[in-house]
Amino acid sequence: MEVFKGTKIVNGIAIGKIKIYKAPVYEISEELVNDIAKEIERFESARVKVQEEQNALYEKEMKAGHKDTAGIFEAHAMMLDDEDTLIDPCKEIMAEGHTAEYAVRQAFDDAARQFSEMDDEYFRARSADVIDLKNSMLDILFGADTANLQGTEPAILVAEDLAPSETVKLDKSLLLGLVTRLGSSNSHTAILARSMNWPTLIQCHDVADDWDGKFAILDGYNSCIYIEPDQNIIDELSAKQAEDKKKEEALQQLKGQPSVTKDGRKVKLYANIGGPKDVKAVIENDAEGVGLFRSEFVYLNSKTDPTEDEQFAAYKKVLEELSPRMVIIRTCDIGADKTIDYMNLEKEENPALGFRAVRICLTRPAFFKRQLRALLRASAFGNLGIMFPMIISRWEVQKCKGLLQECKVELEQEGIAVGKYEIGIMIETPAAALCADELAEEVDFFSLGTNDLTQYTCAIDRQSASLEPFANTHHPAVLRLIRETIEAGHRHNTWVGICGELGADPTLTEEFLKMGVDELSVNPKSILPLRGNVRNVDLSKYKTESPKAEEAPKAEKKGFFGRLFS
Amino acid sequence: MKEFKYVITDPVGIHARPAGLLVKEAKNFKSTATFIKGEKSAKATALMKLMGMGIKQGDEVLVRIEGEDEEACCAALEKFMKENF
Repeated sequence: MEVFKGTKIVNGIAIGKIKIYKAPVYEISEELVNDIAKEIERFESARVKVQEEQNALYEKEMKAGHKDTAGIFEAHAMMLDDEDTLIDPCKEIMAEGHTAEYAVRQAFDDAARQFSEMDDEYFRARSADVIDLKNSMLDILFGADTANLQGTEPAILVAEDLAPSETVKLDKSLLLGLVTRLGSSNSHTAILARSMNWPTLIQCHDVADDWDGKFAILDGYNSCIYIEPDQNIIDELSAKQAEDKKKEEALQQLKGQPSVTKDGRKVKLYANIGGPKDVKAVIENDAEGVGLFRSEFVYLNSKTDPTEDEQFAAYKKVLEELSPRMVIIRTCDIGADKTIDYMNLEKEENPALGFRAVRICLTRPAFFKRQLRALLRASAFGNLGIMFPMIISRWEVQKCKGLLQECKVELEQEGIAVGKYEIGIMIETPAAALCADELAEEVDFFSLGTNDLTQYTCAIDRQSASLEPFANTHHPAVLRLIRETIEAGHRHNTWVGICGELGADPTLTEEFLKMGVDELSVNPKSILPLRGNVRNVDLSKYKTESPKAEEAPKAEKKGFFGRLFS
Repeated sequence: MKEFKYVITDPVGIHARPAGLLVKEAKNFKSTATFIKGEKSAKATALMKLMGMGIKQGDEVLVRIEGEDEEACCAALEKFMKENF
């Protein structure tokens, strides 16, 4: 038995024979030929074939509901029609007497290089598309039989790396798992592996040709592959694989099911996301909305202060793609552990208690208004909630709302559409939790940020390992603040959600439902397990003890339920 | 010769798929349409050159059309830009 390490993309176990997937390497002759017309004809027929292939891949992906990957192939097919950049240069090279293969390599490599030198990341990534097309062209010109690279029986596929069209062409029914020597966790292959849930290992540097045909187990949990594993490993991992399968089936059954307790109490299960790239996970895990969209990514991914238009584009994309689901975007929450050079923030003795979030935004209104304008413009494209973080006082909320109103009036004067939206705040300081009654009068919703609320209530730095013996994530003081916040919110028809890590804690689901929480926002992967928990809860046993629990539904005034159920 | 100016509102700019549709539209006409931004220019029928201009949201492009059906081509392209970019 041998064990090799890699970087896992998906947890999960694959058991079976290894098949080495080798993309052919072509020797391209530089010698000149006499029959120029024949080369041009060969080139044309290859081009038409690749184009047909790409169109077929487009159709296939559209049928499978993968709009993103389908778009890649549609663009590929269109690129192959490009006379200026691809067709004419190829023909010129062939007119000099070179072979079609040689012309394709030169012209496509040239075009790929031009894209790779562009400033914009989107356009830079297009160079991989051109290389992918080049390889498809060469496959056909050389008459390589790429259909059989995968073999004919189910196998763990081992490759150097895989291009988008290679990955998509794979016969999924024969694919047990995937191991590559190269690749990055953001590559198209990794993205596809994640969405298809294939056990996948990348950057496994020890990949060797002599693995071909050997029996192996890919253990995604431990980021390794066993070649010819011992019997005890086989037994252990086979059992784990069977257990995974059972769990996964149970979870899939929960898609499309309502998040409702046995006694009929509904709760919204929303997702926490960090950027437009997470939209897919929201949909795939059947989240009912987004309870926390951290807008920090627009600041952290930029070397300079992001413009209103840049922010608008990102927010609009998420709102449009998730419409009609509600999307709650939290305004800029930098400071504390998230610092940014261009903000020129001073170093602080005690950053967690320092200049962060709305404290920065209210001090720098021009900076804040760029984000507020972007949010308001995006509100015309979906169902938006705007949420202000790190609130401790009523005047802060009023000030934030005032600036928002100012931006709205400006936009209306400029003739720019503004849609409907709800306004909310994070409850993540003991001060906010204890003043929840006053704050509730100002807003449509609360969202409890339990990570900071716990750290500030218990005076425990959540990043300090030495404090672990003292930390108690279920501290009664925190749970009491949560309960009182929910009750205060409901007294003022303000709906209340939880978006911190506690929201996903299965041991607290029943407790939170008992408190009357309206929404739980968790990481997308936790949505279905949490729905399973909710559906197992029965609150009817509490009803005799506390008649208060029957007072739901509590938050009709501001349209949350009205909008969701209309 | 006809020309019009247009400011891109699409968040990703002139990118692959809609750019491909633009090329198809331009090929319906005999006239030559050229996209100009600053010192860069590309024919409306050259997909990758067009993408290679890196036209982003907020950029103003000048579209110049020359040929026997320039009136119709200009109207069609202006309409196409408004609907897609």
